Amino acid sequence: MNGAQDLGGQMGFGPINLEDNEPLFHGEWEKRALALTLCAGGMGHWSIDESRHARETLHPVDYLSSSYYEIWIKGLEKLLTRHGFMTRDELASGQAMSPSTAPKRVLKADMVAAVLARGGPTSREKTGTPRFKVGDKVRTIVINPSGHTRLPRYARGKTGVIERFHEAHVFPDSSAHGHGENPDWLYTVAFEARALWGRDADARSVVSIDAWESYLEGASS
Amino acid sequence: MMSHDHDHDHHHGHDDHSHLTPIEARVKALETILVAKGLVDPAALDLIIDTYETKIGPRNGARVVARAWADPAYAARLKADATAAIAELGFTGRQGEHMVAVFNDDATHHMVVCTLCSCYPWSVLGLPPVWYKSAPYRSRAVIDPRGMLAEFGVTLPDTTLVRVWDSTAETRYLVIPQRPAHTAGWSEDRLADLVSRDSMIGTGLALDPKDAAA
Repeated sequence: MNGAQDLGGQMGFGPINLEDNEPLFHGEWEKRALALTLCAGGMGHWSIDESRHARETLHPVDYLSSSYYEIWIKGLEKLLTRHGFMTRDELASGQAMSPSTAPKRVLKADMVAAVLARGGPTSREKTGTPRFKVGDKVRTIVINPSGHTRLPRYARGKTGVIERFHEAHVFPDSSAHGHGENPDWLYTVAFEARALWGRDADARSVVSIDAWESYLEGASS
Repeated sequence: MMSHDHDHDHHHGHDDHSHLTPIEARVKALETILVAKGLVDPAALDLIIDTYETKIGPRNGARVVARAWADPAYAARLKADATAAIAELGFTGRQGEHMVAVFNDDATHHMVVCTLCSCYPWSVLGLPPVWYKSAPYRSRAVIDPRGMLAEFGVTLPDTTLVRVWDSTAETRYLVIPQRPAHTAGWSEDRLADLVSRDSMIGTGLALDPKDAAA
């Protein structure tokens, strides 16, 4: 979706504001936000794609004025209410008042090390032949879906070159909406900066995205 | 940290969060409800926090870089299959499932961003800094990478290509900075001290041995 999260190439956000000796967490609540997000995700009721979409569907004003852990918490509230684990009334009162969906599993302390060490690989077996190979010239499609996509606006309708092939991975545009993993071939596509940003861009810079095959079409010459 | 101390100082009922900021109260409410319903294990929360505070951080990535500098055969394996080569050192898992290592040289400087969210190689760098997840970096890294680098104090020769990797899938990129001069024969431990977090994101360079000596 063309939401506030799609920041590549936007202007006006000012300098980077580096913090000296930045702490790992800015307050106890950030630690809890991280751990709650991971533990709740560990119940196995939503994909990483659905959780990203829950965050990017925040109102743009809310998204851009929230810190990243705030965005995570607001996204987590959406996921938990959507999947029947809590109600808005419970969130407002801070008290459990109703039974919830039965979780598929609960991440217990003795499982944490193994779960973090395993992660959530998104590579999948896929038969058939990839359409493109390293070195091929490709053009990204132009789409403006209201749902989740990992094709950023700045890289739509642009011509680049396949630089790496990553085999097949879960397709986020489908997975985010509970429509199945539909694994698709994944490539790194590299674009000259001028192909993305026009003639005034730095001639000595190249930007790549990772793009699923369905984001791409062949480009001759 | 403040709010936690307050919880012990005061003996309010569970529903009195008036001393908390709105976001602190919101997170506390979530945790209270999830724990009450048995959906999260409080001990698991503590363990996750401890893991990212004490076990998984940029020191992991620095060990990978130091090994690559010291051992050409390892560097070759890292180039060919970074996930496997990094796993040799014991670093695997969440947000590092599909790793790619990109090597800086005089011709090319690599730099990593996630314009769409906050994708970052946790298994080797730990949790991302605030600036990495912020709008200024995410917006500008792809359209003005050289200007962005200048804000980090990195000025490259005009002839050096700036190669930006936007992490739009689950592939996670680790930049292998150039090995500083005058480090011949150094042990991996000494070399790792030269490898800053930012040098592995591509917004910095490895430290000069003279600066690191202090």
